[in-house]
Amino acid sequence: MTGILSLTTFAPILGVAAILILRFFGRTDDPKTVGAAKWIALVTTLATFALSVLMLLRFDPNLPGFQFMEDAPWFAGLHYRMGVDGISVLFVVLTTFLMPICILASWKSITTRVLEYMICFLVLETLMIGVFTALDIILFYVFFEFGLIPMFLIIGIWGGARRVYAAFKFFLYTLLGSVLMLAAILAMIQIAGTSSIPALMVYKFDPGLQTWLWLAFFASFAVKMPMWPVHTWLPDAHVEAPTAGSVILAGVLLKMGGYGFLRFSLPMFPHASLQFTPLIFALSVIAVIYTSLVAFRQTDIKKLIAYSSVAHMGLVTMGIFSGNVQGEEGAIYQMLSHGVISGALFLCVGVIYDRMHTREIAFYGGLVNRMPWYAAVFMLFTMGNVGLPGTSGFVGEILSVTGTYSASTWTAILATTGVILSAVYMLTVYRRVVFGEITNQKLAAITDLDWREVVIFAPLMVATLVMGVVPSTVFNVTQASVDHLTAAYRAAIGG
Amino acid sequence: MSPQTLVTIILFGPIIGAAIAGLFGRRIGDVASMAITTGLLFLSAILSWVVFIQWTWGGLQPFTVTYAPFIQVGNFVSNWSFRLDGLSAVMLVVVTSVSSLVHLYSWGYMAEDDSKPRFFSYLSLFTFAMLALISASDFMQLFFGWEGVGLASYLLIGFWFKKPTANAAAIKAFVVNRVGDFGFALGIMTVFWAFGTIQFAQLFPMIAAHAHQGWHFGNWDFNLVDLACALLFVGAMGKSAQFFLHTWLPDAMEGPTPVSALIHAATMVTAGVYMVCLLSPMFEFAPVAKHIVVFIGAITALFAATVGMTQNDIKRVIAYSTCSQLGYMFMAAGVGAYQAGMFHLFTHAFFKALLFLGAGSVIAGMAHEQDMRRYGGLAKYLPVTFAVMTIGTISITGLGIPGLELGFAGFYSKDSIIHAAYAAGQAGDAMGYFAFIVGVFVALLTAFYSWRVVFFTFNGHARWTSEDLEHHWHNRDHAHDDHHASHAQVETHSEPDHGDPHHLPHESPWTMRLPLLALSLGAIVAGVFFEEKFVGAEQHEFWRGAIYTAANNHVLAPLHAPLLIVQAPLIAAVIGLLIAVYMYLMREGLGARLAAQKGPLYLFFYNKWFFDELYDATFVRGAKFLGDLFWKGGDQKIIDGLGPDGVSAVSYAVGRRTGLLQTGYVYHYAFVMLLGVAGLLTYALWAWNH
Repeated sequence: MTGILSLTTFAPILGVAAILILRFFGRTDDPKTVGAAKWIALVTTLATFALSVLMLLRFDPNLPGFQFMEDAPWFAGLHYRMGVDGISVLFVVLTTFLMPICILASWKSITTRVLEYMICFLVLETLMIGVFTALDIILFYVFFEFGLIPMFLIIGIWGGARRVYAAFKFFLYTLLGSVLMLAAILAMIQIAGTSSIPALMVYKFDPGLQTWLWLAFFASFAVKMPMWPVHTWLPDAHVEAPTAGSVILAGVLLKMGGYGFLRFSLPMFPHASLQFTPLIFALSVIAVIYTSLVAFRQTDIKKLIAYSSVAHMGLVTMGIFSGNVQGEEGAIYQMLSHGVISGALFLCVGVIYDRMHTREIAFYGGLVNRMPWYAAVFMLFTMGNVGLPGTSGFVGEILSVTGTYSASTWTAILATTGVILSAVYMLTVYRRVVFGEITNQKLAAITDLDWREVVIFAPLMVATLVMGVVPSTVFNVTQASVDHLTAAYRAAIGG
Repeated sequence: MSPQTLVTIILFGPIIGAAIAGLFGRRIGDVASMAITTGLLFLSAILSWVVFIQWTWGGLQPFTVTYAPFIQVGNFVSNWSFRLDGLSAVMLVVVTSVSSLVHLYSWGYMAEDDSKPRFFSYLSLFTFAMLALISASDFMQLFFGWEGVGLASYLLIGFWFKKPTANAAAIKAFVVNRVGDFGFALGIMTVFWAFGTIQFAQLFPMIAAHAHQGWHFGNWDFNLVDLACALLFVGAMGKSAQFFLHTWLPDAMEGPTPVSALIHAATMVTAGVYMVCLLSPMFEFAPVAKHIVVFIGAITALFAATVGMTQNDIKRVIAYSTCSQLGYMFMAAGVGAYQAGMFHLFTHAFFKALLFLGAGSVIAGMAHEQDMRRYGGLAKYLPVTFAVMTIGTISITGLGIPGLELGFAGFYSKDSIIHAAYAAGQAGDAMGYFAFIVGVFVALLTAFYSWRVVFFTFNGHARWTSEDLEHHWHNRDHAHDDHHASHAQVETHSEPDHGDPHHLPHESPWTMRLPLLALSLGAIVAGVFFEEKFVGAEQHEFWRGAIYTAANNHVLAPLHAPLLIVQAPLIAAVIGLLIAVYMYLMREGLGARLAAQKGPLYLFFYNKWFFDELYDATFVRGAKFLGDLFWKGGDQKIIDGLGPDGVSAVSYAVGRRTGLLQTGYVYHYAFVMLLGVAGLLTYALWAWNH
């Protein structure tokens, strides 16, 4: 199966090539061309998803190390190294799973520059998969940073009214982090003499140096997560991004920070990780409580879900730094689950935004009277977001907090208040949008989900419930890698 | 069929019904949805009785069926399973019997509602979650069922989603329960890290060895088992509406009355009691936690009874009554009489479901009026309802014949609790005497408020006129036109309307009367039939290890005390009855005159000890204030002001001055700068390689 990783990673580029050819020969304003481009994008993303599933089926979950390894000399002494372990392989599948849904979600709502839009998404897919499959730190950096460009474009071109402000803010924050990370990467290569991630994972950096390297990576990952207080770009980016952009932003891009902590910070700088655990816990707890309370007061649905994301990511960071398998597994699970649920919630917002072109909570009310299926779908994901057992949201939450408990009971106590706060803001917004009578006459003729929307939501609902009821589907894949990661971390910190 | 197959059918029958009615209800129609859900529930109920009979008389041994792994990470191992033992066998019959009768009752009660499939789907969903709760063999499935019933409760309280009060009550119920779950979750984590397992079968044998172990939690050191039990009990307080976390239960009466009977009286709210009894192997080693349980239970019993005396909404009185009776059950568990707690849970399920469904029958007969001040003299119009409500009231107040020891269900179970409390006091536990005193006093209050409901509703002069009823029916006919008609005390729309043209109170159809009669039977005989099994001589044989009692715990042994003590509950119940007779039969109108004086104590009780106001002023306003502060102060002013906005203001200023590269689109900058980064990277690598 050598080569399947590269094939999966770069398969979307084939779609890009096809659309470019189409663009070269056809007229971009011709509905036929536009339709063909959509279909090309959809087929490409579905094929990529199929490839990733094939890869997952061939993946041997009993091995803790990297599989499907590829290693080829690149240029200037660099290597093209690829490989996945039990952690990254699931993020690849999450990415490829969400992508066709994003294409479908953009089917009608994107009307301008459709070809370019599809190209952006396909390029973005390759770059995102690359982040999770790259085993060379330079290659990782390239994927990691260049993934920003399509996202800038998606927000900046197809975004809402304040898209320029949002894109700028997004850019400013992430650039700050990435410059520091780049410096750290260069230093690491100089010291360790290799850019191979598996080699760096076992290289023992000097504990004093670890502190600085950890901080540099932290700057980048904390912004990506995002952690409090560098989270304020996220609500703006979400509000301005088109629906599919929000799905990818919440579903995949936010996970890069958590993935980075797991792949780099913990194994490469264990001493610094231990040293900074109190900082991470403090910021995580603030994220949970502070942003939940802020979410409670939002008047824009998308902003509310964005703040909710920050709170949920707080559980991820504390789980990662708990240093035990429950915490790590919980953090990974929480990321995967949040990818599905928050993506679905943004799609839920998209459904009514497409119809009414507003995200103001106060505009809505009583939708269940006209949209019973929509109400049921939205309810499922609302419950997923509040971590109801039986949905995927619960598994990650309970495990990451349980893991944290052994490291710091105070952190666990404070973080557990999140279960109360998430119920407060989610049920409140659900009630205000869905329940009650229709009082706004503009909603009197609003229509329920159409077939395309049902097709979009169905896989997300299945994923939420399956992951909630039989979480072993995920744990079977991650277990060996997470056990290995945790054991190595505990050995390094002498615990 | 093997018992393993039976319990599997019992467990999954309701969820299949819920799925069919929920997903295909519109396609298959109302009657099919109702028939499928009700049919599957009756199947579950019959099989539950088969299992229970096998357990009680057939010598069935405890077993656990494991279906699939749930969360398994390291030694955090949980499974989807069905644990059958004495406790779950009792709960099986309670849950499925009441649920099937409530399903049937809803055929009549919800006859006019236009979303019947949804209603029956929720009812069956609830039943499934409740069965998952009682059959859990580890904390994760317990928590799944725990929150699952919470979800069903939320959906059913807010079933009439057009009513703002119903929506608010639904959220309140969910959120207050989440406060309880906060403690519950921390309790589970404490257990896990202290004992390395969350499976009951592995956990319970380990407790004794850790009885005096310390545990560091937050900044404090606690006794481990006490801490774990106290945290878990916070969960029980939420689910069972105990003092501090009780505020959601009265509001939950916004839901349709069958829901109140099933969820908020007979089954879900008893889950907390069930959990404490299930965890008796832990609580027996947690003396401080047990004291907390007794104290909270006693305070709740007293508090809810005082409030219940003053309320005028028939459903709210019964809701406070439930709250108060749950307090009794916790008092029992807290003094170590878990069996008595379960016994009262068992009998209470019958008579309280009966009282609620009876109240529903009155409400339906009275054109959805719930205010008892507009009832009176209904006995002759609603003879069956009057009879069954009287039976339920005799049962709850614990009337019986002293010498023969014969009485309705509540007579046995309540007496066993109060006696156990006294026995605990005799054994040297001062909290036992406290529970005894409160228990007897609350028995008096219970008798008073329960008989008040009966007399106020069925006897005396009619305080309604047929014009009132006509007016109500009329309002109902136009309910769809009038969005503002809903009044907090009145279920204005979607309640059943049987199209009675006579504008007189009318008796309910057979679908509603039949469950009432079945439950009356339970309310009469559940005590006399099962006393020996639950708390009497055969208790060890009956529970077969499901409840653990420490070697020095003899609170359920026959009570050796003065006759006055032994008969105190009955004496209190008779006094309460006599006061009610005096105030509502002999001096009709005295109650209203006393209320009109608005004495300070009356106002305190009437306003529910001002808990809603207190919580609103602190938690609700506090959360809103902090949310605004963090958002507008923290995020916008401080973080953005000093961070990106500040930087962008500067850079825009610079950009305007230089002007040349200004293309108007920030992402162009972004693109160029990223290219710069890439170039820098390439250069650095090139330099490094040479």
